[in-house]
Amino acid sequence: MDISKDKLLEMYRTMQKIRHFESKARDLAMANEIPGFVHVSIGEEASATGVCAALRKTDRITSTHRGHGHLIAKGGRLDRMMAEIFGKRTGYCKGKGGSMHIVDYSLGILGANGIVGAGLPIATGSALGAVIAGKDDVTVAFFGDGASNEGTFHESLNLAAVWKLPVVFVCENNGFGEFTPMATVTSVKDIAVRAKAYDIPGHIVDGNDVLEVFRFTSEAVARARAGQGPTLLECKTYRWEGHVVGEQAFLGDGSYREKSEVEEWKRKCPLIRFEKWCADSGKISSAELRQIVADTEKEIAGAVEFARSSELPAPSEVTDDVYNNT
Amino acid sequence: MPQISFIQAINQAIAEEMERDPLTFLMGEDVVLGAFGATKGLFEKFGAKRVRNTPISEAGFVGAAVGAAMAGTRPICEVEFASFFYCAFDQVCNQAAKLRYMSGGQATMPITFRAVFGALGGAAAQHSETVYAQFLSVPGLKLVVPSGPSDMKGLLKSSIRDNNPVIVFEHGALGWSREDVPAGEHLVPLGKAAVKRPGDHVTVLAIGAMVPKAMNVAAKLEPEKISVEVIDPRTLIPLDEDAILASLEKTNRIVIADEGHLRGGAAADLAAIVADKGFDFLDAPVRRVTSLDVPIPFSPPLEKAAIADEARIEAAIRDVVGR
Repeated sequence: MDISKDKLLEMYRTMQKIRHFESKARDLAMANEIPGFVHVSIGEEASATGVCAALRKTDRITSTHRGHGHLIAKGGRLDRMMAEIFGKRTGYCKGKGGSMHIVDYSLGILGANGIVGAGLPIATGSALGAVIAGKDDVTVAFFGDGASNEGTFHESLNLAAVWKLPVVFVCENNGFGEFTPMATVTSVKDIAVRAKAYDIPGHIVDGNDVLEVFRFTSEAVARARAGQGPTLLECKTYRWEGHVVGEQAFLGDGSYREKSEVEEWKRKCPLIRFEKWCADSGKISSAELRQIVADTEKEIAGAVEFARSSELPAPSEVTDDVYNNT
Repeated sequence: MPQISFIQAINQAIAEEMERDPLTFLMGEDVVLGAFGATKGLFEKFGAKRVRNTPISEAGFVGAAVGAAMAGTRPICEVEFASFFYCAFDQVCNQAAKLRYMSGGQATMPITFRAVFGALGGAAAQHSETVYAQFLSVPGLKLVVPSGPSDMKGLLKSSIRDNNPVIVFEHGALGWSREDVPAGEHLVPLGKAAVKRPGDHVTVLAIGAMVPKAMNVAAKLEPEKISVEVIDPRTLIPLDEDAILASLEKTNRIVIADEGHLRGGAAADLAAIVADKGFDFLDAPVRRVTSLDVPIPFSPPLEKAAIADEARIEAAIRDVVGR
C-alpha cells in the first residue's frame, strides 16, 4: 500500500500531539491543577493514529477511559479537550464529563467512556444506525485487553457478526487491566483468536507500528464499508505510564511490573520507530519532523492557556442538559 | 370509537410511528414472531431491515440501541420482561440515561424501551417484578406506565417521538383488557396525569394495573357514599405533581396504590412528594398499598398473598376516611 506523504505527515503530527497532550495532562494532574482521574496513553500513540488515519470524518468511534489519543486522532480540538479536563465551561462537555468522557459528535466521536467494555455495543449500534439510515459510514470501537473479558465484548461481536454490521473492533492490548497483568486473567494469549468464536476475521497487529496499524485498519474498514461485516484487530502495545496518573500515591511500594519491562517497551517507542522509518526510506526529512514537533509544542501551550483562562461553569448550569426538551 | 386490546394498542402505535418515520425501527427478543402479539405482523409490513430479532443478549442489544440512537435513528427496543433489564443495567443507567448530560448536551437519545412487568400468575420472581422504582433514581430517563389500551397507544406514540430514553412498562395482566380508543392520530403527552374517576372524599393515586383495581373499589364504595377520586399519573418521570396536589387539595386524603414493593418503591417516592408539598392539605396520614417486600412467589396462594389487591386498597380507603 502506497501511503501519500501528506498522510504520513498527518500521522506523525497526530502521534506527536498525543504524546505531548498526554505528557502535559499527566504533569497537570500531578501538579493537582486538574481534578479527578486522568489516564494517559503514552506509548500507545500508533494504534489510535493508524486506526483513525484510515477513517473519514463521517465515520464514528467509541473510546475508553484512556481515550485522549483516540479523540485527538479523530480530529478532536486540543483546546476544548484541555478545557474539559480542567472542568471549564468551554470544554467539549461544558465541564460535565472530564477526562474520561470527552465527546465531539460533529467529528463522529461518540465518546470516551468510564465503563470498561461499554463502547463495544454502542459502536455496534452506531453501525446498525448507519445501515438503518442507508449510509456507508463505519464505526470503530476502541477497547483494551481488559474489556475483552467483559460480556459486552462477546455480545457485541456476536451481534455485529449476525447482522454483518460495518464495525471494526480494535483491541489495544497494552498488557494490563488496571493493575493486573492481562496474561493472569485472560484465557487466551492473543485476543485476536476470539474472533474465531464469532466467525469473523481477527488479526494480530504490531500496535507500535503506525503503518502496519493503518494498513490492517484500511482493509477492515473497506470490508466493513462493502457490507462484509466486522473485523477484530488486536494491536499489541504497552502502557508506559501507570493505570491512572498519581497511582504511586496509593500503591506505595506495591508494584505490578518490572522496571526492565517498561524500559524494554520504551525502546520500541512508536514515534522513534516512525522517525527511523522516515530516515531509512527517505520519505520525510528530519527538518520536516522537527517542524511538526515545534508546531505541536506551540499548540499544546495554546490549549493549556485556553483552558486556564476559561471560565468555570456557573453552579446554575448543574441542571442543564439532563433532558432534551425539543 | 373502535374497541381494541392493550396489545393491539401497542401494535398500532408502533406500526403508525414506523409508518411515519423511516428512521424508527424495532429490535428485541422475538419481535419478528411477536410472541405475545404486540409486534405481530410488523415484520411482514416493514421488512427485515427495520424489524430485527436480537439474540438473547440484553447488554449487547440494549447497548446497540444506545449507539443506534446516537447515530441518528430512533430505535424501539423490546426487552421481553422488565426483570431482564438487570442484565443491561449499565446500558440503560450509565449510557442511555447519562450520555446526554455527560456530553454537555451533544447526545440525543431517542430510544423507546418496552418491557412487560408485574405479576402474571405463576411466573415467579424473575418474571413478575415491578422494576420501575429501580429507575426512578436515574436522572435522564422517562418512565411510562400505561393503565389501559387508550393510554397505552397514546403514551407509546408520544414515547417513540420523544427525544429522550423512555421506558414503557406494560403490565402483563392488562394485555387482553379492551377499551375504546380514538381512531386516527391519538397522542397522550408524557407528564400529564389523568383523573380516571372524579370523587370528593379520598384520592387514590394508582399506577398501572392498580388503576382498574382502584376503579373497581371506587365503584364498590359508591353505594356507601364514599366518593373516591382515582388519579393515574401515567408517567412517573416526568411527574404531574400539580394534578396530584390539586386532587389532594380537594379530597384531603390520599391512598397510593402500586404493585411495586413498599421500601424504596414508587409509592414511597410519591408519598414523600405528597408529604413535602401537600402536608397542609392532609387530614389523614398518607397510606401506601403495595406488594409485600418479598420476591414475588410462584405458587398461586403465595402470589396472591404478596400482591397488592382490591381488598387492601379498600381497607386503606376505609382507614383514611374513617368508615
